[in-house]
Amino acid sequence: MKRVLSRPWLPATLLAAGLSLLTAIGMKADEGRLVVYCGRGEELIRPLIERFEQETGIDVSIRYAGTAELAATLLEEGAHSPADVFFAQDAGALGALHRHGALAPLPTDLIERVPPRFRSPDGTWVGVSGRARVLVYNPQRITEAELPATLDALTGPAWKGRIGWAPENASFQSFVTALRIQRGDAAALAWLKGIQANEPHPYAKNSAIVAAVAAGEIDAGLVNHYYLYGARRTNPNINARNHYFPEPGAGSLVNVAGVGLLKTSRRTAEAERFIHYLLDHRAQTYFAHETAEYPLIADVSLPPDLKPLDTIATPDLDLNQLEDLEGTLSLIRQAGIF
Amino acid sequence: MATTGISAETTPDHPELRRPAPLGLRLLAGAIGLAVLLPLVYLLIRAGETGHRFWDIATREETLRVLWNSVVLTVLVTASSTLIGVVLAWLTVRTDLPGRTTWAVITCLPLVLPSYVGAFALIGAFSSNGLLAPLFALAGFERPPRLYGLPGAWLTLTLFSYPYVMLTVRSGLRCLDPALADAARSLGHPPWRIARDITWPHLKPSVQAGSLLVALYTLSDFGAVSMLQFNSFTRAIFVYYRTSFDRSAPAVLALMLVALTLMILWVEARTRGSAKLYRAGVGAIRPAPRVALHAWRYPALLGCTLITLLGLVLPLAVIAFWLLQGWTAGEPLWRGWSMVVHSVQAGLWAAGITVAAALPVAWLAVRFPGRTARLTEKAAYAGHALPSIMIALSLVFWAARYAPALYQSFALLIFAYACRFLPEALGSVRASLGTVSPRLEEAGRNLGRGPWSVLASITLPLLRPGLLTGFALVFLTTMKELPLTLLLAPTGFDTLATRIWSATEDALYAQAAAPALVLVAVSGIFVGMILNQEEQDDVYE
Repeated sequence: MKRVLSRPWLPATLLAAGLSLLTAIGMKADEGRLVVYCGRGEELIRPLIERFEQETGIDVSIRYAGTAELAATLLEEGAHSPADVFFAQDAGALGALHRHGALAPLPTDLIERVPPRFRSPDGTWVGVSGRARVLVYNPQRITEAELPATLDALTGPAWKGRIGWAPENASFQSFVTALRIQRGDAAALAWLKGIQANEPHPYAKNSAIVAAVAAGEIDAGLVNHYYLYGARRTNPNINARNHYFPEPGAGSLVNVAGVGLLKTSRRTAEAERFIHYLLDHRAQTYFAHETAEYPLIADVSLPPDLKPLDTIATPDLDLNQLEDLEGTLSLIRQAGIF
Repeated sequence: MATTGISAETTPDHPELRRPAPLGLRLLAGAIGLAVLLPLVYLLIRAGETGHRFWDIATREETLRVLWNSVVLTVLVTASSTLIGVVLAWLTVRTDLPGRTTWAVITCLPLVLPSYVGAFALIGAFSSNGLLAPLFALAGFERPPRLYGLPGAWLTLTLFSYPYVMLTVRSGLRCLDPALADAARSLGHPPWRIARDITWPHLKPSVQAGSLLVALYTLSDFGAVSMLQFNSFTRAIFVYYRTSFDRSAPAVLALMLVALTLMILWVEARTRGSAKLYRAGVGAIRPAPRVALHAWRYPALLGCTLITLLGLVLPLAVIAFWLLQGWTAGEPLWRGWSMVVHSVQAGLWAAGITVAAALPVAWLAVRFPGRTARLTEKAAYAGHALPSIMIALSLVFWAARYAPALYQSFALLIFAYACRFLPEALGSVRASLGTVSPRLEEAGRNLGRGPWSVLASITLPLLRPGLLTGFALVFLTTMKELPLTLLLAPTGFDTLATRIWSATEDALYAQAAAPALVLVAVSGIFVGMILNQEEQDDVYE
């Protein structure tokens, strides 16, 4: 033991660790701050939060993690949650929390800024920004004439081994749910099996699909539209483009990232002010121009290369119909994808 | 006095020396065992909610299929990692390999890379226009082989988990008393018999401890398998969370993982045997003579180089490329040192607490084998094959409900790390303790020393290799840990790992690059300090 202690670095590290514990114990100081659980990327959200803090004087404690992980965390916390607001990457997670009775209704004037199909009918969550399903493709491999007009074209023999998808991804699951509502389970299953027979490459993330398309690993992939714009930030000349299916339907579903106010919140006034801030003109312009997502309130300008929301052949359904993820999962299993 | 037969026979303790474990020790180990059972109790609660669906979920065809996939992957990764780990440990401890200590430090660093980062880098390197494409073109291939699926998952997980074996076997080799082999040699036994009858039986516990960690890590990993499109059991668990926001079905699958772990432990215990394998001499062991490699040093160096190229240089090159790309694009690349401080802080605390918790459990298991010891040890390992997200959610459940003051505090975070990583420290401490004869402690007691004094002056110094290895393993794996940190850390407690994650999540790879390089550098410095410490021990002794 004496020899252990005779080494200079060991007691030094112990001392450092002791001091660090003292400082770290004091780090749990969320009292009085607005607590936001955020399933969206930190890089894009942080500037907004900082501006909100400056303008309102409300301090925000924000916890970033995956949307599904945070939804599960909120459900486990139940009535003991320290969180006030949940900012989710997709409507499915908000719907799940709503079904478990975790969300409080939002004021009408707040949610009415957004069209009804992008919010919960009973006002427990509201969409903040929209994302459209597209086919991202490599223009060196596919000419515009070869682009598929319909989802079903992708099940043809010409596309064997050329497509990527992310079947684990929440946005993909919502798309399949929309397909089921639009065409019925049997037809949706047939489509899934048709694609599966074409040996698609499964990816863990949408951004990986865009990178794989640009690298020529695959020729096209089913993703959300804004991942291409994200990839352009580091590589402006990226070899990839978005194709919106002209056929009206699930292939062009527009889903949202949205927010909900938790029933456990003890700072509802601040929380509502935060949601209000996300839905005001400046924040909406920020989403349109910084993340290339669709603003959901009226009269916000789009970047010039973004296809306007009202020209997208989106299916005639609202997001609240996309609840049956369990059924979608079982369909995906039946198709032999998992 | 020491009791090792040349053929490592079982040497029963003298019945008069068998004492029941002290109550304090049993209580302490039992409390630690109960603490690590928290995640399992949570899983039982959640799985119980499935009611009659339980068996349906557990016996579904696709559940069994992915279970089989995971078993195959685990067997393959464990076999290859054990081979690489044992050879590297032997080369860096027992031979005159040029630059032994440097190789030892370099070859443990792959452990610190988050597996999804490693997988991502390897995918990039093996793509048709990746770093390795020219090499494969030279060898006459049209393009590098596709890495996706089982081959890629096998390669990646092997490259990033063999250090578990290497580090534990290194400490095993360093605890090995050369006097035993000398005695055998003086009795005229040929080297192969010494290797088979002396070295291997003494080394087996540390090889097994390392392999077990690799197997459980492979079962629990999600990052690499999801990147490499391998349909493993953990992926099935995540699909439940991600798509149906259902917490009970994944709990059923998790319990199956626990059952599988218990089966692996049972096999491991059966092969461990009950031989008592102590050192021959008292006091510190004399460093073993190094084997001269002669011409074999070239293939040995080539092997080390190859492993390092694939497991460390390649990922680092890809990361450096991201950094360069971001730098030329003028992106912000660094966001202050707080994440480095947090990472080191969390790593040191987690390692210290975990090793401290492993000591009583290992003590009980080695010195007083019995039911308490077996159960505590099993409890510690049982949860180790679970994906971290499940440990995190279980502690969310317990702490938010029953200890709100601790919820999302630093203390809870360290507790979570200790729950998660206890087996990593337990394996090496247990293997080291197995080589320390209790007769030495008894001698100390007979000479009038108290139990604490014996612990401090006799046992702990002899255990140093095992303690240091446990400390290093927990430190390195805490540095890269993600789900526990994201969900349980105090708000704003960003670490290098969380920063790398959030940047790659937004596909901002340039911003992940600097934290990733710092993660490797900090870990390298730390492992260098520990291994250097070992070298100094050799000189002193």
